[in-house]
Amino acid sequence: MEFIELKDVYKVYKNGVTGLAGVNLQIKKGDFVFIIGSTASGKSTLIKTLYREEKVTKGSVYVGGVNVSRLKNNKTYKLRRKIGIVFQDYKLLPKLTAYENVAYPLESYGMSSSEIRPLVMNALKHVGLKDKTRSFPHQLSGGEQQRVCIARAIVNKPKLLLCDEPTGNLDPETSKEIMGFIEKINKDLGTTVVMATHDKDIVNRMKKRVVVVQNGLIEGDYLKGSYKVSENI
Amino acid sequence: MKIFRIIGRSISGAAKSIARNFSLSMASITCTVITLILVSLGLLVSYNVNNITKDIEKELTIVVFMQKDITEEELKTTEEKLKKIDNVEKVTFTSKETIKNDMMSEYPSFSKMMDSWKENDNPFQDSYIIKVKDVRDINETVTTIKNLDKIDLVKYSESTIGELIKIFDAIKTGTIILVVGLILVTAFLINNTIKITIFSRRNEIDIMRLVGTSNTVIKLPFLFEGLFIGVLGSIIPILITIFGYNYAYDALSSLGTSNLLSVIKLVNPDAIVYKASLIILIIGAVVGMFGSVKAVRKYLTV
Repeated sequence: MEFIELKDVYKVYKNGVTGLAGVNLQIKKGDFVFIIGSTASGKSTLIKTLYREEKVTKGSVYVGGVNVSRLKNNKTYKLRRKIGIVFQDYKLLPKLTAYENVAYPLESYGMSSSEIRPLVMNALKHVGLKDKTRSFPHQLSGGEQQRVCIARAIVNKPKLLLCDEPTGNLDPETSKEIMGFIEKINKDLGTTVVMATHDKDIVNRMKKRVVVVQNGLIEGDYLKGSYKVSENI
Repeated sequence: MKIFRIIGRSISGAAKSIARNFSLSMASITCTVITLILVSLGLLVSYNVNNITKDIEKELTIVVFMQKDITEEELKTTEEKLKKIDNVEKVTFTSKETIKNDMMSEYPSFSKMMDSWKENDNPFQDSYIIKVKDVRDINETVTTIKNLDKIDLVKYSESTIGELIKIFDAIKTGTIILVVGLILVTAFLINNTIKITIFSRRNEIDIMRLVGTSNTVIKLPFLFEGLFIGVLGSIIPILITIFGYNYAYDALSSLGTSNLLSVIKLVNPDAIVYKASLIILIIGAVVGMFGSVKAVRKYLTV
């Protein structure tokens, strides 16, 4: 079994809208995969099923051998501790400093301060924010906030990094910089990265595997692909 | 170790959160203060009303007049039998001689005439005054007494007692409904205020969930926050209970008998204020804690 496996996955929302309509997908450990598609194509839904923020209606989703689709609501935290998530809107706790935001997950797992400190500093060093530890989110630029979000996602050394439009709110220069950090994490730490994005430049430049989602279905899967392979998107 | 660390962090997190969300915390605390003052009033009033009714109940007695020809021996047997009746709490015997002597000392004008009475001329009757344990069962008790030998007459204010019992029961039920109602209103108001506080922080809860915090660990700081808000909100009502009640007690005690309000005899503050304060503290803490956790739970399901 591959590191990530989706078998005939359907997601139909309560209002009748179909998010996924029979998705089959396999992703190897250490891969870097872009999920692309137009708005409401189902790419975010696909990412959300991987960290069990969405429950699938039918089919099964395996992450690291665990059937995520069968996970009970009060057990999802166990899965999320093994996954790092980077969000488009950063999702930082506004009343905590950069350091506290990165340390928060580890604190909530019950780790001691002496165990937490080196891990947090290392994660912040990875994203080049060692000198901003005491800044609150509102004192940081969009790019810096996203870097704090990445640091928080990798602080627990996850095997999988899920990114949902991580550059959606950033200018092209900052986006490039953020992608540099994520690529480095993939290469240096061997972390599997699955990223939903709209950003043509990034996809075209990085030449990674591209999965095209349209109307809740996988319409194309290209190794070293780009937006050009699917011009209609 | 790990669990203590999590609890410690939750407590300090809760304290920080109250300070950081100051205006919302104040709203919750103020709401708690107002409703707990009402609960306190309800408790004090109901306790005093119950106490007054109990006092009046204690005053209700049955008087049993014995037949004139009763012998000493029969009197003893009757007293034994009276004491054995289930609902009888106390039996006090008054001999006809005692009654005669009391009358003589009370009305000196009759004393000469009464003094001339021989034992058989004494028109008074030996009697028993009986206190019952529960006035509600007084009718059954009277029937039992009437069936005993050598009983001439049994007197008790049948209709008055019946009416009084009805009124007391109504007052008791009324005050219990009032207090329970106030507690429910308190729970509802505190819960709603906390709900609003937590609604404004649902993003925070969302983030906690997404970074892999377990539901229990997410709930803990909110549980402590609710507890702190409840306890902080009960301080003023407790102070009002203690000092306000003492003030009312002193004021009523110092009134002259000419004042109509002097009829109201409040229960001694020591017997009630600390108990009421503890109840208020517990209600504040429990409602705060559970209200808070209940409101968070809503945001923990997908």
